[in-house]
Amino acid sequence: MIENIRELLKAHEGLKREVYLDVENSSMVPKEVVDAMLPYFNQRAYGNPTLTHKPGWEAFETIMESSEKIATSLGCKTLEEVNFTPGETEANNLALMGTAFSMKGKGKRIVISEIEPLSVLHVADLLSKYGFTIVKIPVDGEGFIDLEKLREAVDKETILVSLSAVNHEIGTIEPVKEALEIVKDRNPKTIFHTDASDAYGKIPFNVQDLNADLATISSYKILGPRGVGALYVKEGVNMERILEGQIGTQKLWPGVENTPLIVGFAKASELAFKNFGENVNNMRRLRDRLIDGIIGKIPDVRLNGPKGDKRAPDNVNISFLRCEGEALTIELSLNGVYVSSGSACTRRLLQPSHVLVAIGRKFVEAHGSILMKVTRYHTAEDIDYVLEVVPKAVERIRGIVGSMEVK
Amino acid sequence: MSRAPLPYNPKILELFRNPKNLGRMEDATVTAVAGNPSCGDMIIFYLKINDEDVIEKASFESYGCAANIATSSIVTEMVKGMKLEDAWKISWKSVIDAVGGLPSVKFHCGILAVGALKRAIRAYYKNRRLSPGWLPKEHTFEEKQALEEEELAEMLSKRMKMEEEK
Repeated sequence: MIENIRELLKAHEGLKREVYLDVENSSMVPKEVVDAMLPYFNQRAYGNPTLTHKPGWEAFETIMESSEKIATSLGCKTLEEVNFTPGETEANNLALMGTAFSMKGKGKRIVISEIEPLSVLHVADLLSKYGFTIVKIPVDGEGFIDLEKLREAVDKETILVSLSAVNHEIGTIEPVKEALEIVKDRNPKTIFHTDASDAYGKIPFNVQDLNADLATISSYKILGPRGVGALYVKEGVNMERILEGQIGTQKLWPGVENTPLIVGFAKASELAFKNFGENVNNMRRLRDRLIDGIIGKIPDVRLNGPKGDKRAPDNVNISFLRCEGEALTIELSLNGVYVSSGSACTRRLLQPSHVLVAIGRKFVEAHGSILMKVTRYHTAEDIDYVLEVVPKAVERIRGIVGSMEVK
Repeated sequence: MSRAPLPYNPKILELFRNPKNLGRMEDATVTAVAGNPSCGDMIIFYLKINDEDVIEKASFESYGCAANIATSSIVTEMVKGMKLEDAWKISWKSVIDAVGGLPSVKFHCGILAVGALKRAIRAYYKNRRLSPGWLPKEHTFEEKQALEEEELAEMLSKRMKMEEEK
């Protein structure tokens, strides 16, 4: 198996340029962030922050400073509202299960949308096995949640509503503020959680303005290291742990704090918010250059998600008809362009991306979808290279389909 | 979306990059399709068969992943010059061996390719109203699997339509 991987890698030798656009699934960590983290592995603050010695106290100080940076950019009232977890998946698991535990006896209904990430969707499915009723709100053709259906869904029994602020696959900027107002109007006791991993650092997002109870953010989605994220828990909101063990500085997540990763997360956050407007404008320009370029150069393509200001500034998701996505990702990789697809091809279930199916895309449209996210580190030259590679790759894969009818 | 790592081997990569016997064959004696684009998996075989029931030429087109392309391509290589009776004996396992192995989540690609080949052979004899003794009346494993995948696609698209109408 490892030999095969080595051969696959060898097939990439001699690439003239490489452009990584798969930020949805993992990201390259910028040098500034790596440099900020390095001293915390072995030079300082390598102790356990709950212990009574210098390296421990240094770690405590460092974690508090990191919390403060994130709390500021998120708009928190207190540092304690930031709870570090090992990532978005864990923060979403904590939000849903922790609420289900803490609201025991107060209701059995949980409302989410059809296009939530799997770390919400699958946890909801899990809770449904333990007596909770899960209601999934549908979305329209661009991925906007149906607010009327939301109003109907929330009742006295509803303990939690979880809706993403920005959809992770198609970049739809959801009306979470309106959604939250509807939810609280129907039931002031319902906890409102938003997975803001694709909003934080990309669109203006402030937990106090929104008045959310819980919000998830992720480090790698803002180009920090993987393995760290956070759950914002508004002061006064009860939340139970879902894992038990030694509790340190993080009251909702046991185990020894990973100080270097937390430092990297805070640094990535600082960089995302330094020149925020400029960063966002740059991403938007690159995003539109990519979208317009593909639509202009390649026939039979379809943009998934909304256009313009209602789309996250980094998100590009396009379906190439008569073109299977897995084959396309490999062809693109061999040419130095790294993306992912909503194709079912790596699953035996034969069902493609649930988000694309929920916005009404046909299976063949979902199988041919490619997801790309631009960052402030990409250049116009990177995008132009992608625009040179993608049409050729699509043409070659469509050539293999040949005269077959694909509907 | 759940994902399995896909360490495709060099043979598959080569067949993906430079597929052999790719393309529509205008003078094909018989063609057969298997799979369904809704499953992201469909192939067509074109066979040119001579009077001695020997496959003179074979080609394919494919809508699918790299494994689908590679297994289809290798089947067209394997059957070239074969008598139909011998081509019928090709199993999905031998196809997977011929491409140097596949990750288990991709076994269905080899199965689908053999399913399409068997359909083509059946169609050839059906068109000629012949039924050689070696050709079983019952569907083989590969043909059943192809049917199952197509029925699943049908079911899923029906379910989607119903949900749209709701």
